[in-house]
Amino acid sequence: MNNALDIARATLLDAPGLNEQSLSQVMDQLLSRQIDAADIYFQYGRLETWVLDDGIIKEGSHSIEQGAGLRAVSGEKTGFAYTDDLLLPQLLEAAGAARAIAEAGQNRRQAISARSDLPRLYAPINPLESLTEQDKLDLMRQLDAEARAADPRVQQVIVSMAAAHDTVLVIDDRGELAGDVRPLVRLNVHVIVEHDGRREQGSAGGGARRGLDFFLEDEKGVGYAREAVRQALVNLEAVDAPAGMLPVVLGPGWPGVLLHEAVGHGLEGDFNRKGTSAFSGRIGEQVASKLCTVVDDGSLPERRGSLNIDDEGTPTGETVLIENGILKAYLQDKMNARLMGMSPTGNGRRESYAHLPMPRMTNTYMRPGEHDPQEIIASVDRGLYAVNFGGGQVDITSGKFVFSASEAYLIENGEITAPVKGATLIGSGPEVMTRVSMVGNDLALDPGVGTCGKEGQSVPVGVGQPTLKIDELTVGGTAA
Amino acid sequence: MIQYDIETLERIVADLLAEARRQGATQAEAGVHAQEGLDVTVRLGETETIEHSNDHGLGVTVYFDHRKGSANTTDLRPEAIRETVSAACSIARHTSEDAAAGLADPELMAKEIADLDLDHPWDIDPVEAAELARRCEETARAYDPRICNSEGATVHTGRGLFVYGNTHGFVGGYPTTRHSVSCAILAEQDGDMQRDYWYTNSRVPEQLKSPESVGEEAARRVVARLGPRKIDTTECPVVFKAELAAGLMYALFNAIRGPALYRRASFLLDMLGEPIFPDWVRISENPHLLQALGSAPFDNEGVATLTRDIVSQGALRGYILDSYSARKLGMQTTGNAGGVRNPRIDASGETFEQLLARMDRGLLVTELMGQGSNTVTGDYSRGAAGFWVEDGQIAYPVAEITVAGNLRQMFDGLLAVGSDNDIPGAVDTGSWLIDRMTVAGN
Repeated sequence: MNNALDIARATLLDAPGLNEQSLSQVMDQLLSRQIDAADIYFQYGRLETWVLDDGIIKEGSHSIEQGAGLRAVSGEKTGFAYTDDLLLPQLLEAAGAARAIAEAGQNRRQAISARSDLPRLYAPINPLESLTEQDKLDLMRQLDAEARAADPRVQQVIVSMAAAHDTVLVIDDRGELAGDVRPLVRLNVHVIVEHDGRREQGSAGGGARRGLDFFLEDEKGVGYAREAVRQALVNLEAVDAPAGMLPVVLGPGWPGVLLHEAVGHGLEGDFNRKGTSAFSGRIGEQVASKLCTVVDDGSLPERRGSLNIDDEGTPTGETVLIENGILKAYLQDKMNARLMGMSPTGNGRRESYAHLPMPRMTNTYMRPGEHDPQEIIASVDRGLYAVNFGGGQVDITSGKFVFSASEAYLIENGEITAPVKGATLIGSGPEVMTRVSMVGNDLALDPGVGTCGKEGQSVPVGVGQPTLKIDELTVGGTAA
Repeated sequence: MIQYDIETLERIVADLLAEARRQGATQAEAGVHAQEGLDVTVRLGETETIEHSNDHGLGVTVYFDHRKGSANTTDLRPEAIRETVSAACSIARHTSEDAAAGLADPELMAKEIADLDLDHPWDIDPVEAAELARRCEETARAYDPRICNSEGATVHTGRGLFVYGNTHGFVGGYPTTRHSVSCAILAEQDGDMQRDYWYTNSRVPEQLKSPESVGEEAARRVVARLGPRKIDTTECPVVFKAELAAGLMYALFNAIRGPALYRRASFLLDMLGEPIFPDWVRISENPHLLQALGSAPFDNEGVATLTRDIVSQGALRGYILDSYSARKLGMQTTGNAGGVRNPRIDASGETFEQLLARMDRGLLVTELMGQGSNTVTGDYSRGAAGFWVEDGQIAYPVAEITVAGNLRQMFDGLLAVGSDNDIPGAVDTGSWLIDRMTVAGN
């Protein structure tokens, strides 16, 4: 069986003893009031994690999460209930609780039909079984040895590996059934280095919707170990970061977290329907410099942020958010698209069956420009070159956003000079994007490490960008 | 509707432990939980969402001598017990021998499990909850004509049961409740839009602040933020408002937790008995407070929790350890598997207003953004918003700035802790006045 929908049916209906008739019964219960839209989301997830610490395989865990979330929508009102038990009585009880949001009214009945012609961006495999246990642990030990051999100043190495296997089945109020099997793997190396009593850390990793064999290809795993050590050693030399407004050059790839925070969240449909975003009501306006074209694309093969279908059953695709600086579109789930008279963009996502879906990013990146990255750095007299970041955060109402550099350098007279300590950068999304004055020709996507949080829900995402220059951004160092 | 009671959960724990023994584990520990909850959100006067939550799950950790494996599932059916134990055992076949791994020592298990009065269900239906949320939001919206929009007000109630047991024969569990009312509101002035929120939470419904007071505080906060300026880059004293000072307490705790210490990955290594704050500072943990949000009679390993000073007379008196990290350090667990419970820093005697007066000229921080707090080096750099203070009085709101320093120096430079400790949550602290930090702006 290698069709995602067949696997999803077998896992989520056949195994717990449900069938299409019981699905119809639950959907009828959900639709037995004045409901505009409804859906049921079945999920069976397995997660395996391993941690190597202190040179030994210290921990491992195996988790199973299963259940169904039932949602009824009437106008702008949503009723939601879920159950951890995939049993008909519990599903009917949850449907009864969810539909209570709506007034009593007409009854709708809906036949169930399967959606066909769904895209296939990743293979419906079980990544927990993609390597033998011995091979998984050997890989982790190899990375530990690699990191320790890289430099005598390496004191601690922590390697963590996770493989997740999620099977989902969505049925909406039109009776359309869609399924997906979502593999996701992640590997990370964290090192602590010490020299003359000073301690610093470095971290590197990657991931994809693949099996764990992904990390063996092109020595990716080994590359993470070397990269973590390199970063940590750079930080051992770091001087205090500057404080104040400076030109900032961001490196390619993961620094695209800038776009995620500065524009991505502010363009999510729910905030814009409610008018709470700094970008509300601004479609068609110039919100960024003409050099900026920003897209969200959930249909990139095997990427961490990609999905064949979103968590409402809508196929994912490319949405151009900003084109040559003009705001073009918002990211939509079904409910906000309907209320705003727009089309769903395949961005309705949820952490699990126990959470309500909402508009979320998938893989968000900026298209490449024309400049050679060296030219961009050479154009700065005194500024910051930031190439690695921790997380970020945004206040979508004021537009203020932050992102924290974990590897950065001073630029002096057009040359990269001393590394500086980690510092938080802060700006206003709509303003900062208008100050993008150079865009490189070196677009890169991040290595597959991003997790986005919104209203307490975490989902895997991707970001990317070419090297770019922001004429002025506040850098939160200590060297005033 | 919780279909489970403590006795049922105790039976599942006993079954898990028996199954672990049967599959050859030398030691095992197990936990089972079930919870139900209701969230009702009202936005612009209308009910927006009604969410019913109903979770359960079990987890087991097995030890084969000093090799460890864990597994958990949301499935509580009897067949899931066998499968989950089997999954944990197959993990343990692959983990390494680790002399520090294992249950906490048997003599440390909590002997008597005090009733800390943590179970106060709220008998409220979605219609009544919506009415409270509506009153909360309505007060916020009526507060000032500059209030322009709302993200709504939410009433939450939840009740959970859990039982933990291990093969020392320890078994303990109890129900807990948690309720909250929150409000997020927007205001606009001259095209500048701001958002802020406030909330109240408690284990006891009657101890929640009134919905009106929550709405009013959310509105007061957002209106005060309107028309912020960006200030010039400077060095100055900084007051962290009490609800943010709680985060500085956790920056301390993260640096004195077992894993940070045995990995030598902390800016507070080898400081036991040494001064890390001025000598008037006392920080304690108080896990046995009746009805409190952070209370627990035993920790996540069954070890009796302790009321103790973590810092007194400014010196570090104890680490935050579970049995694993304690063994790694050659020490004894401090009953902190699962964290620090009801931490408190004593006030230094000044009110919040006196704190501002003492600062005279500097920055009052009321919002922090981002993660820029480094446990290894103590380097601290975060996005901020708040108010510029002149002559001990709030002068005007500021935004789009950062505050930066090093946590060692920030702790050392703690000048005062205010008496304004009436904040929601499990941390008991007033606002902190810190002598000097770098503020980056223009």
